[in-house]
Amino acid sequence: MGVEGIGASVVRKEDRRFITGKGRYVDDIKLQGMTHAHFVRSPHAHAKVKGIDSSAALKMPGVVAVLTGQQIVDDKVGNLICGWAIHSKDGTPMKMGAWPAMAPETVRFVGQAVAVVIAETKNQAKDAAEAVVVDYEELPAASDIRAAIAPGAPQLHPEAPGNVVYDWEIGDKNATNEAFSKAANVVTLELTNNRLVPNAMEPRAAIGDYNDAEEHFTLYTTSQNPHVARLVLSAFYNIAPEHKLRVIAPDVGGGFGSKIFIYPEEMVALWASKKVNRPVKWTGDRTEAFLTDAHGRDHLTKAELAFDKDNKILGLRVSTHANFGAYMSLFSSSVPTYLYATLLSGQYNIPAIYAEVMGVYTNTSPVDAYRGAGRPEASFVIERLMETSARQLKVDPAELRRKNFVTVFPHQTPVIMAYDIGDFNASLDAALKTIDYAGFPARQAKAKSEGKLRGIGFSCYIEACGIAPSKAVGSLGAGVGLWESAEVRVNPVGTIEILTGSHSHGQGHETTFSQLIAERLGVPISQVQIIHGDTDKVQFGMGTYGSRSLAVGGSAIIKAMEKVEAKAKKIAAHALEASEDDIVIENGEFKVTGTDKSIALPMVALAAYTAHNLPDGMEPGLKESAFYDPSNFTFPAGTYICELEVDPGTGKTSFVNFVAADDFGRLINPMIVEGQVHGGLTQGIGQALLEGAVYDSTGQLVTASFMDYAMPRADDVPSYKLQHTTTLCPGNPLGVKGCGEAGAIGASAAVINAITNAIGNNKLEMPATPDRVWHAIHGQA
Amino acid sequence: MYETHYHRASSVEDAAALFAKGSDAKFLAGGQTLLPVMKQRLAAPTDVVDLAKIPAMIGVEVSGDTVTIKAATTHYDVATNTALQKTLPALAHLAGMIGDPAVRYRGTIGGSLANNDPAADYPAAVLALNATVKTNKRSISAEDFFKGLFTTALEDGEIITAVSFPVPAKAGYAKFRHPASRFALTGVFVAKSKSGDVRVAATGASQNGVMRVPSIEQALKANWSASALDGIKVSADGLMSDIHGAADYRANLIKVMAQRAVTEAG
Amino acid sequence: MSTIKLTVNGRAVSADVEDRTLLVHLLRDHLNLTGTHVGCDTSQCGACVVHVDGRAVKSCTMLVGEANGANVTTIEGISKGEELHPMQAAFRDNHGLQCGYCTPGMIMSAIDIVNRHGGNLDEDTVRHELEGNICRCTGYHNIVKSVLDAAGRMKVSAAAE
Ligand SMILES: Cc1cc2nc3c(=O)[nH]c(=O)nc-3n(C[C@H](O)[C@H](O)[C@H](O)COP(=O)(O)OP(=O)(O)OC[C@H]3O[C@@H](n4cnc5c(N)ncnc54)[C@H](O)[C@@H]3O)c2cc1C
Ligand code: FES
Ligand code: FES
Repeated sequence: MGVEGIGASVVRKEDRRFITGKGRYVDDIKLQGMTHAHFVRSPHAHAKVKGIDSSAALKMPGVVAVLTGQQIVDDKVGNLICGWAIHSKDGTPMKMGAWPAMAPETVRFVGQAVAVVIAETKNQAKDAAEAVVVDYEELPAASDIRAAIAPGAPQLHPEAPGNVVYDWEIGDKNATNEAFSKAANVVTLELTNNRLVPNAMEPRAAIGDYNDAEEHFTLYTTSQNPHVARLVLSAFYNIAPEHKLRVIAPDVGGGFGSKIFIYPEEMVALWASKKVNRPVKWTGDRTEAFLTDAHGRDHLTKAELAFDKDNKILGLRVSTHANFGAYMSLFSSSVPTYLYATLLSGQYNIPAIYAEVMGVYTNTSPVDAYRGAGRPEASFVIERLMETSARQLKVDPAELRRKNFVTVFPHQTPVIMAYDIGDFNASLDAALKTIDYAGFPARQAKAKSEGKLRGIGFSCYIEACGIAPSKAVGSLGAGVGLWESAEVRVNPVGTIEILTGSHSHGQGHETTFSQLIAERLGVPISQVQIIHGDTDKVQFGMGTYGSRSLAVGGSAIIKAMEKVEAKAKKIAAHALEASEDDIVIENGEFKVTGTDKSIALPMVALAAYTAHNLPDGMEPGLKESAFYDPSNFTFPAGTYICELEVDPGTGKTSFVNFVAADDFGRLINPMIVEGQVHGGLTQGIGQALLEGAVYDSTGQLVTASFMDYAMPRADDVPSYKLQHTTTLCPGNPLGVKGCGEAGAIGASAAVINAITNAIGNNKLEMPATPDRVWHAIHGQA
Repeated sequence: MYETHYHRASSVEDAAALFAKGSDAKFLAGGQTLLPVMKQRLAAPTDVVDLAKIPAMIGVEVSGDTVTIKAATTHYDVATNTALQKTLPALAHLAGMIGDPAVRYRGTIGGSLANNDPAADYPAAVLALNATVKTNKRSISAEDFFKGLFTTALEDGEIITAVSFPVPAKAGYAKFRHPASRFALTGVFVAKSKSGDVRVAATGASQNGVMRVPSIEQALKANWSASALDGIKVSADGLMSDIHGAADYRANLIKVMAQRAVTEAG
Repeated sequence: MSTIKLTVNGRAVSADVEDRTLLVHLLRDHLNLTGTHVGCDTSQCGACVVHVDGRAVKSCTMLVGEANGANVTTIEGISKGEELHPMQAAFRDNHGLQCGYCTPGMIMSAIDIVNRHGGNLDEDTVRHELEGNICRCTGYHNIVKSVLDAAGRMKVSAAAE
């Protein structure tokens, strides 16, 4: 490899623009004649919209238009879709109510848009939005799962009786019941997986720009997947045909899943730009982000684990209720089903698993994929169960896990997934060593003498990434294929452009992908440009989520590179009068092995474009594209161990040590990988200790700002100790597995296991606030 | 934010005059409370009169047994004042725990007291130290100044110009931060005056804003030590209860923070 | 409306704006200095931090009138031409940023932290001092590393001047 190839912690190419303030995010863009949109939103969780009077608003200074939900319906703009069909146990398809971009008749969550004001300035739009008079008839609301499934609960959608979207199952019920009937021990746990708000630091934003002469639309948007946005906006929302719509996602300030979806605001900005025939910009504020970004998690689960007398697991039974909010968001249906229950086997040999999931409507913001999407919930269930089991069975938690680890690969779980490779003992051993597990009892005793409760907690997570084999997800109900595309252009001067359908909103693709090229061609990464985020430039792509960019997007680049190299070798062989098979690529040169004959890449590229002397029948040019469809998911796995102290006086938790030993397969840029882990761990810790979206019984979001929703700050989290163990993924040419979500998937169970260990009370819900921990220690006063 | 008119006052008299001219005017000091409220359109003053650059309203003076902090002195300037760090370190320490560094550079003691947020830090010190709030019209004792949530004895247009604190024999402040806002989930200021009187004030806890805690005061008067509070149980009656802390938890925090404040006070 | 005159990144500027204009909007919308970001409505995230008369403040919580006559430095004004400020370089070298959205505010706050503490910085102090800056991407680990690294570099470059 070159110094900038695979395995090198190269500093990021993209950083210079960010550290000098030259990043270009959607809200930084100004177009000629641009107007500003502000939405009129429902203050009620559930109400009928009886009328909207815009007359006063229309007279306010600077107002260009006031548009309402009825106009969206009249223009035949499609309702928002959910792109993954799930069937209930009885074979019926999921039951969904309609979700128009602005509500013409009924609002079902606080913050749902009913109208939009377009004005010359943002302040004018805001001023006028207050003058739009909406006549609401309030309806009773169901603001959480329990309220929504209670007898006589308010009904959200006539299509979904009892507010049930689906009642789904996976696994072998009879075999599982039989396993439990033979069990020597059964461990039972009831868990809440708390609702989270993604809170990417850049709020969502969109600019719609309609060109009437060309009948062409451009949408600048904070998206993780601009091509998917274009597909959905054209095929389902009928706003513009695909060839007349360009979607640009420039620098995007974090996503974590929340920017996968195509939201009402983006639709409206685009649609409205034609209505007013001027560019329309909408930039969300943080309150809007809290109210309208798709939230994450929100499960209620009962889980049971059956053991034989040797503490080997016999079976797992799980029953989960998942909150979808008021509408089914784009991928929401898949999150608590195929992204959740298929991972319940964890790192363990579990002969029989049965899980049932009931998806429920409530009068809250829609819920969809948030970093980890289903897998953190699964990991939390199995890892809390394992820790609880160890305590109940009075065995060491590490040893109980070790005894049940899958050690032979490939391994078919009872819940679809076939683990291709891994070494769970290796990551457990690495973590145990780093945290000095043997020394823990002494440290615990010392802490006790100082009045502190010290605990240690494990989490051995596994996840499925590299989303996803198209045929497999198609058979499970996905509405799209999840392959990725790439194009490699070698320019006549030998510089290289890589066009990828994946999108970077912090992951550092411009560097990592360049390193792939540096590795293969031996050229410096400065010679490579990565192009993404623009549907006019990149022909198609599925975007970035599910830790897929490198495993799927990177593999597509490798495939395209192979084609480019094959052609370039032919050209070089022709020029050097050598056999194609004797050409090797080193340091940017094509060499004839065993000789000193060589030709530099720029000369090969130039030859390809001048076409003066190409092999007979060869087309000019040096540019290739490829589509890569993975053959399987990838399975990153690892062990997290957390050691912490609880102050019994206040219930406050402080970290002593946090070790993460991950197996991500091959690491292209270890520095970037570690950054991804740090961020994921912090979000996992955030879920465990701080974060929780809370609605009151009327459906008002109590935690609608950073004043009430506790985001992890620098002094809430420790510095992490990371370890890497490696088994190369056999499923893709790079041997990589994906690292973007692992931290968020594994961390929360480790933290809760550690706190419950410290305080000697296993009953503790997330977020484990000081108040809750103190009550868990001292009981209810 | 709604449109408004900004005025920079050059003196206290100028500020009072500018205020009187506006139809619904408000004073602006550090803006660290008023501006977020205005941004959310929860306040709509026609005029804002900026006090922050009035020379007579800035500075910390230590003379004999009294510390005077002018109202527009920032939290940062209070926290880093070396004379104060020697004479009344607990107060400098408290100022250094308010919000974050950027907030401390702008926020002022006068703004904090006029606002009287039930979770603000300064009110605990003012009440426990039995300070006097000086305005352009009168002097108000701490006891009379705080009138419940976000309410004070200030009249419309009245300007806090300074706060004077008698220097105590011992004082300490311990704060348990709200996990999200970083205000006090509960903070307790303990003070023993030179005459031996003990006053203890808790912020962030009561539904009526800053409050004194008589049971702790009595125990500390008898025995100024953290362990003197071991057996005390603070009543949860009238305490706030929300997702970050139930009333009984806050009652516990009052005791625990009082103990830590006493330890710190020495 | 008022006429606001101030110095931004060493340049005298003047703008006629509504009195309700916040400093951050003057910078972004009128002066096209879009490196300063807005991440919240409640003055809590620090994405908007700039230096006003040498102190790191939240530009979303300052009216332009309050900044009238002041000397303002933004993220665009701290490098010397091509040469990065040591804090910028440290963020890059230690991977102290991912999406870059919090980064300008982080860097401006971090410079202020080092200015106040000089070389006497340790991890706990840095973490505590960064309380007013939220980052959702990095988990702070590498931000803390960057600030500690830069503290050393700033000492060296101050000594060289
Ligand atoms: C992110 C953040 C975190 C914070 N954390 C804390 C915390 O931990 N603890 C804490 O105590 N506070 C905290 N605060 C509040 C902060 O301390 C404010 O600075 C303070 O409450 C108000 O002071 P100010 O100078 O900013 O006043 P302003 O916001 O300018 O004014 C507040 C009110 O006081 C009035 N006023 C101001 N000065 C005077 C005067 N001299 N005479 C009469 N009326 C006046 C104004 O008219 C207004 O009604 C925080 C604020 C923020 C934004
Ligand atoms: S935008 Fe200024 S603090 Fe968030
Ligand atoms: S780098 Fe994305 S928020 Fe900090």
